[in-house]
Amino acid sequence: MTVSKIWVFAEAIDGKVTTTTLEILAKAGELADTVECVTTAGADVAAELGAHGASKVLTVGGTDGTLAGPIVAGAIAAAVAAGTGPDAILIATSYEGRDVAGRLSVKLDAPVITNVVDLVERDGGLAGVEPVFGGTTDVVTKFTTDKVNIFLVRPKSFAAAEAPTGAAAATEELAAGDIGATGTAVVTNRFVEEKTGPSLDEAAVVVSGGRGLGEQANYELVETLAKLLGAAPGASRAIVDAGWVPYSYQVGQTGKVVKPTVYIAAGISGATQHLVGMKGSKNIIAINKDAEAPIFSVADLGIVGDVHKVLPALIEALQNR
Amino acid sequence: MNVVVCVKQIPDPADPGALDPNTKTLKRDVKLILDESDSYGVEMALQLVDTAGGGEVTLVSMAPNSEVGGLRTALAMGAAKAVLVSDEALAGSDALGTAKVLAKAIGRAGDADLIITATESSDGYTGVVPEQIAELLGLPSITFAKSIAVDGGTVKVQRQTEAGYDDVEAPTPAVVSVTAGVVEPRYPSFKGIMAAKSKPVDEVKVADLGLDASQVGWAGAGQDIIEISQAEAREAGDIVEDDGEGFQKIVDFLAELKVI
Repeated sequence: MTVSKIWVFAEAIDGKVTTTTLEILAKAGELADTVECVTTAGADVAAELGAHGASKVLTVGGTDGTLAGPIVAGAIAAAVAAGTGPDAILIATSYEGRDVAGRLSVKLDAPVITNVVDLVERDGGLAGVEPVFGGTTDVVTKFTTDKVNIFLVRPKSFAAAEAPTGAAAATEELAAGDIGATGTAVVTNRFVEEKTGPSLDEAAVVVSGGRGLGEQANYELVETLAKLLGAAPGASRAIVDAGWVPYSYQVGQTGKVVKPTVYIAAGISGATQHLVGMKGSKNIIAINKDAEAPIFSVADLGIVGDVHKVLPALIEALQNR
Repeated sequence: MNVVVCVKQIPDPADPGALDPNTKTLKRDVKLILDESDSYGVEMALQLVDTAGGGEVTLVSMAPNSEVGGLRTALAMGAAKAVLVSDEALAGSDALGTAKVLAKAIGRAGDADLIITATESSDGYTGVVPEQIAELLGLPSITFAKSIAVDGGTVKVQRQTEAGYDDVEAPTPAVVSVTAGVVEPRYPSFKGIMAAKSKPVDEVKVADLGLDASQVGWAGAGQDIIEISQAEAREAGDIVEDDGEGFQKIVDFLAELKVI
């Protein structure tokens, strides 16, 4: 295979391994002879990670109630220093993942290749493929140092194994060592937003709103339509920046990448920053009053019209079905 | 209370970006403006200094051609002074090289209780620089802050998560990165804009920071762009003018796709 050993930083929410972790694990299995996972989720996830191809799960303890990034990075760096580290480490572009990658990058004095949507073999090593300029151009980047290759991988770049069959992974503890003041951030409280309906990343249908909605109150049309379709509501960066909806709703280059079966873009012009987050959707429906709006260049069905007229009519028609 | 804000000066995102075909770097020879992502950090810093009743906001920026356009905007908002690192050796710097430069420049800015950044820049969006800066300075960090408060020697943050948000705290000094849209950045007043023209900008080169050119720029990036290719373009489908019945086309399409 391309490399001897890959480590995947495995994340779990409430004891369940994240989909992105499983996607990355599947890809790692195609690239490396040995795939192991590093996780703070404990031995509980060894069975699931093993099924998806990990031969060993390296557990990092002592992270409860802290921001785990510095501790995990410390543990990985210690292993590398001891000669037991991997050739490459794959980390999801998640909140924790970015912390781990940034900290590890400095500890190893090794660069990070970010926003990876594909991993390919080039000249006997790994290279990352990254979309730039609104996804119109792909850039392939390879490391030139002999340090551990650190890649930050975007969600939905790969497919998780459909029928995982691996045996449960062996587990081993990975010690962090002294990380000093860098580990002093503590979590004092957790708040879970009540969410009805699917999450933006996983939804089969997404309804997104943009500045064309005119004002914050009109975003309710998006929420209503989303509820009717069992969809997740999303947003362009413009209305997130304007404070209409939280950052977690943002679809785009600096937000989430989504690939639903149906993406409905209401009042979104389709700036490249937004397109890169949703043009992988299977079917795109766009409503915008500007016939020249770039969103129409990727829409399967485009309605050139006023969202304030089309959305209410659409909602009423759906309610009457 | 003293706050340092790292700000990036970038080409206007409204203009299409271009790669220099020879160096394969983003062309940065156009006018640079303050990255909108950083306006939230500047605003938060100004509010924190206000609340504390004293202290100042210092900007730190790495930019080509001694560019100060974006810095003047933030100075006009109310920041007191800036440290600008501008050096040809920095061309082609990756995230780690940039973090090394900014960490050293922060050291030059004086004692800081808090170092604020955006979560990622609008044009590079690697999203790792805040953490790299924190690690280089040996400091704790809290990313994706929706709100920041400083209470004695502790910074208290509401940190965005997948599920909602967490209350997180750390002893100062600490690095905090802020998400977009969480505060409304103030418009610089005319008085602020005039005052900004004479606020001090300490311009330095890589050597002034005690860094070696081999640690930054192309030399220090440790990576090569080996291929650039056009991505597969997506084709447009059926685009129609709304005649009042446009919504029905959507209903029909959704039914066809078995969504409804």
